[in-house]
Amino acid sequence: MNIVVPIKQVPETSNVKMDPETGTMIRDGVESIINPLDLYAIEIAIQLKEKFGGKVTAVTMGPPAANKALKEAIAMGCDEGVLVSDRKFAGADTWSTAYVLVKAIERIGEVDLVVAGERATDGDTGQVGPNIAAAMNLPLATYVSKVESLTENSMTVERLTEEGYEKLQLPLPALLTVVKEISYPRLPTLRGKQRAKITDIPTYTVADLDVEENNLGLKGSPTRVVKIETPKVTRGGKILKVVDDQSLNEAVDNLIAFMKMKEII
Amino acid sequence: MEYKGVWTIAEAYEGDLKAVSFELLSRGRKLADELNEELVSVLIGGKVKEERVNELIKRGADRVIIVEDQLLDRFIVETYSNVLIDLIKSKKPEIVLSAATVNGRTLMPHVAMKIHAGLTADCTELGIEEKTGNLLQTRPAIGGNILATIKSPDSRPQMATVRPKSSRPLEIDETRTGVIERVAFQKNLFDSRVKHLETIIGGEDDVNIQESDIVVSGGKGMKKSDNFKMLYDLAHMLGGVVGASRDAVDRGWAKYPQQVGLSGKTVTPNVYFAFGISGAIQHLAGMKTAETIISVNTDEDATIFQVSDFGIVGDLFEVLPLLNEKLAKEVK
Ligand SMILES: Cc1cc2nc3c(=O)[nH]c(=O)nc-3n(C[C@H](O)[C@H](O)[C@H](O)COP(=O)(O)OP(=O)(O)OC[C@H]3O[C@@H](n4cnc5c(N)ncnc54)[C@H](O)[C@@H]3O)c2cc1C
Ligand SMILES: Nc1ncnc2c1ncn2[C@@H]1O[C@H](COP(=O)(O)O)[C@@H](O)[C@H]1O
Repeated sequence: MNIVVPIKQVPETSNVKMDPETGTMIRDGVESIINPLDLYAIEIAIQLKEKFGGKVTAVTMGPPAANKALKEAIAMGCDEGVLVSDRKFAGADTWSTAYVLVKAIERIGEVDLVVAGERATDGDTGQVGPNIAAAMNLPLATYVSKVESLTENSMTVERLTEEGYEKLQLPLPALLTVVKEISYPRLPTLRGKQRAKITDIPTYTVADLDVEENNLGLKGSPTRVVKIETPKVTRGGKILKVVDDQSLNEAVDNLIAFMKMKEII
Repeated sequence: MEYKGVWTIAEAYEGDLKAVSFELLSRGRKLADELNEELVSVLIGGKVKEERVNELIKRGADRVIIVEDQLLDRFIVETYSNVLIDLIKSKKPEIVLSAATVNGRTLMPHVAMKIHAGLTADCTELGIEEKTGNLLQTRPAIGGNILATIKSPDSRPQMATVRPKSSRPLEIDETRTGVIERVAFQKNLFDSRVKHLETIIGGEDDVNIQESDIVVSGGKGMKKSDNFKMLYDLAHMLGGVVGASRDAVDRGWAKYPQQVGLSGKTVTPNVYFAFGISGAIQHLAGMKTAETIISVNTDEDATIFQVSDFGIVGDLFEVLPLLNEKLAKEVK
């Protein structure tokens, strides 16, 4: 079973600072991590490999520094990593990102399963997984919360929907995007880290891939960012303090009055 | 042929239409009026009740295109994508909108990839650019830290998914008339590879927090699982549902589908209650756009107060029971 996991390196956003002048993110000193939602994809891929044999290849398109994400993926238990990196890829939107990733996956070789994250926490689109499936004509299941069974040529999965779950059966090769419920991601082991250190990570550039230049980077991207604003956070609402029984009573009464005014009750 | 018309994708479920189908029409109506073009609701699926189909027109559509077949009863993205692409190619709409639901967010990227169209995810605002007539699509990104406005100047149709609950359906207008156009389902568009085996409707805690007008959330300040019962009591009285912060979900006090935030769900209810939630940026990313935010926290410097319309600095274990008690009398 050959499994490919596309992962994205994202800025660690728990303490993101925005430049109020330009509305852009201050990237200095911001650490890069594997997209947290991709850890679940890595985890389930490794579990499936452990059960059914085969290998897991993590692939990322990004700057040379994204190598670090691949090393981490290997430290968790992925067998190989592939970095897809070229100046010509810069500025790609989801369409062009998926286009290049598809070419890279085809280059990696025979694939039985592609497992992507639900979405990346920076761009937050969740489009790249379904994009890849469409371009490769792979059967697709999104928002997968459980792999119920797997055989050599088919799998049954549970997919989260607004109403609950649905069970789908897909022939292999296929593509899944997975949600957090699927499993809890393991931590890298010491042995894994050592293996990551000595594992060679190939870089695919434009020259290595069968790509059309017109489909790359900004040129290949149908979408354009027109403007970026930093939304105001403050609402300046009414804040009441409770210090004793009386103020507690008043605060709750005030809240109920507020709810009536807003027609909540 | 020129690309013309605004399409919104209706979502069917068990012979009925989901509310998002109507929300999209109020978005689409504004755009269509501004462009002076037709607003079309596209319905792909199994059989849907006649009166609900007519309601699409009463709530804003000029035309409803229906592709109906038993084989379309269940959402299978490959087949739906084939059908939608076929319609787009023959009728050439200028704009295609779907709801940012699990199915919308699966179908739209599938279609956009195949036809090389620009697609913007989870928009909260849509408008028309003055000189060019291009669709301006605004969406929060980077954990809600920024609002990005995006357009697709050179590719058609311009595609976007729209956050559920970010607009209200138009009132029913009995005098509105429109065309209902049935398009036969061509069997060669059916992709038989993926099989739908079963639908499992979730239990009470699995309710979709994105569809509710009222979300009552608890965080680490709730201290333990049992205390969530107070949140359910409040939610029941108000006809709402219970959500949670990641810390509460990680501790097993609530389930993952209830998680609000960057790595959980984004909700835009009329009212969001935050009990014992500090308001970390990742949590705010999922609820900041709620119409009204009410919070209770012992820490007067908690960030959650900055985004609140009404806040109580106090112990939730005093406030919540008293609130429930008083409300029980009010709503009776
Ligand atoms: C990549 C990434 C993704 C993340 N995604 C999410 C996400 O999707 N959703 C999410 O919620 N978080 C997410 N987080 C975590 C987030 O950073 C915070 O850790 C989390 O939101 C904190 O949850 P909390 O507010 O419940 O807990 P805390 O921050 O610990 O806050 C608890 C609050 O309860 C108050 N309190 C305590 N006792 C009482 C009492 N008796 N009465 C009233 N108030 C009381 C305290 O004053 C405090 O403000 C993410 C983090 C990362 C790094
Ligand atoms: N540059 C990238 N390289 C590899 N995988 C990616 C990249 N961008 C997105 N992905 C994958 O696609 C998923 C969805 O990303 P997005 O559409 O950007 O929200 C992620 O969880 C990854 O699995």
